[in-house]
Amino acid sequence: MSTVIVVTSGKGGVGKTTTSAAFATGLALRGHQTVVIDFDVGLRNLDLIMGCERRVVYDFVNVINGEGTLNQAIIKDKRVDSLFILPASQTRDKEALTLKGVYRVIEALKKRFEYIVCDSPAGIEHGAIMAMYFADEALIVTNPEVSSVRDSDRIIGLLSSKTHRAAQNLDPVKEHLLITRYAQKRVTKGDMLSAQDIQDILAIPLLGIIPESKSVLQASNSGVPVTLDKASDAGQAYLEVVARFLGEEVSNSQKKGFLSHWFGKK
Amino acid sequence: MPNLTSIPAFELKGSLTTLMVLHLFKSDQEAITVQLADKVAQAPQFFQHAPLLIDLQDLGEPHLSALDLTHLVELLRKHGLVPVAIRGGTDPQKQLALNLTLGILPQNSRSESREKPQIEVESEPVILNTSAKIISHPVRSGQQVVALQGDLVVLSPVSHGAEILAHGHIHVYSALRGRALAGVNGDTQARIFCQQLEAELVSIAGQYQINEGLPHHLQGKAAQIFLVGEELKIEAL
Ligand SMILES: Nc1ncnc2c1ncn2[C@@H]1O[C@H](COP(=O)(O)OP(=O)(O)OP(=O)(O)O)[C@@H](O)[C@H]1O
Ligand SMILES: [Mg+2]
Repeated sequence: MSTVIVVTSGKGGVGKTTTSAAFATGLALRGHQTVVIDFDVGLRNLDLIMGCERRVVYDFVNVINGEGTLNQAIIKDKRVDSLFILPASQTRDKEALTLKGVYRVIEALKKRFEYIVCDSPAGIEHGAIMAMYFADEALIVTNPEVSSVRDSDRIIGLLSSKTHRAAQNLDPVKEHLLITRYAQKRVTKGDMLSAQDIQDILAIPLLGIIPESKSVLQASNSGVPVTLDKASDAGQAYLEVVARFLGEEVSNSQKKGFLSHWFGKK
Repeated sequence: MPNLTSIPAFELKGSLTTLMVLHLFKSDQEAITVQLADKVAQAPQFFQHAPLLIDLQDLGEPHLSALDLTHLVELLRKHGLVPVAIRGGTDPQKQLALNLTLGILPQNSRSESREKPQIEVESEPVILNTSAKIISHPVRSGQQVVALQGDLVVLSPVSHGAEILAHGHIHVYSALRGRALAGVNGDTQARIFCQQLEAELVSIAGQYQINEGLPHHLQGKAAQIFLVGEELKIEAL
């Protein structure tokens, strides 16, 4: 059985690609066969963050159009054994993604992979719908600010109406809230929404909180998923998110226990 | 060879659902145009794509013969309504209805003439279902929930950018952050009740108040909204 996970947000620049790379890497580190697909056709940057941009030959759109095979397009990560990347095309636009084409690719990937992570583009249009359409589960990436929360709310609405699970009357897409770029100081000062505020508004289960961290930018500039940086607080938080996603009880390792309030006891 | 007849490809059944009915009392085109525009303006979303029955049974002469059905259908469609059938009318009007791809519904036995305003849009339950519509999932930004008849009860938050509308009362047993419109068909007795008032807009029978105008001390509090005459009252629960 494979699970398709969409990483989505509505709003741009909140950390979807960072999360897709870190989360997929985390799943692979736990020994799961994992592929991460870049749905951001025309603005591809998952391959950059994964550090494989110079190894791209064929891409997602090539596969959909039959210009290359899936095996030619999938790039194997050099650091983590069971991790693979399906890059986006930089020269096409999102209309190149068709429902039928995406379906065929995902079905083919299901034969090989346990987890298929879909990095959604921003917005609520075609590209975002393509990324979420076949999802079984969704990570809703949200920053602690009003506009991001509002867009997440909109996206959650679409997950319950514009997906194959909705169309086929199957169990709904399982939603997980992931709050990223969380800065406790700014929350305390009142500049940012608290995790409680966000949960009150979105009313979906919280999977984790990723702190705002300089290590994220450093990691992405050097093409390393932040989960591979052992010294990074954000990387550690992502690893905990992965563990929690896999159904483990996670005692929280954050210094000063800033997450303990959320995950301390069950 | 595949057997084309033995495996059912569809099922054809009668079913009872609610349909909006337009009872006409006059044929005066101008009056209809103005009053319809006014009605629709009160809750434009409510009328979008709503199937509609045109009822000519209460239309006495000379109005009946004078009615321009083609024009009326055009007008309704222009407002986003979808006329699906007529009830009553003369034989030529029935023929015209068919040409306009409308169905013909049999006459009701009810025929007592009523003193009524010139035009009235009402939701007529074809099946008597007095129970409220109950929504237990959050109503998200961009979503709309409509109770065509009766009350609407929402057990989860109604987000900013969401819209809920009801023929009757609206109850929100959670935070109301979006727009809530009760009594959308003109019921001035309709009320809105909510556990946590943070609405973008509340409206009863077309009288509305935006967030800025909500009493400050009731923001985030349990409140009810109702009409006294033309005036919208917002009070603590
Ligand atoms: N936890 C974090 N701490 C600090 N910076 C972060 C964090 N997460 C993401 N960022 C930064 O935010 C920016 C946007 O991140 P990312 O590209 O992952 O967002 P996105 O949602 O994929 O954007 P887009 O909508 O454009 O696809 C990047 O510069 C990234 O380094
Ligand atoms: Mg991105």
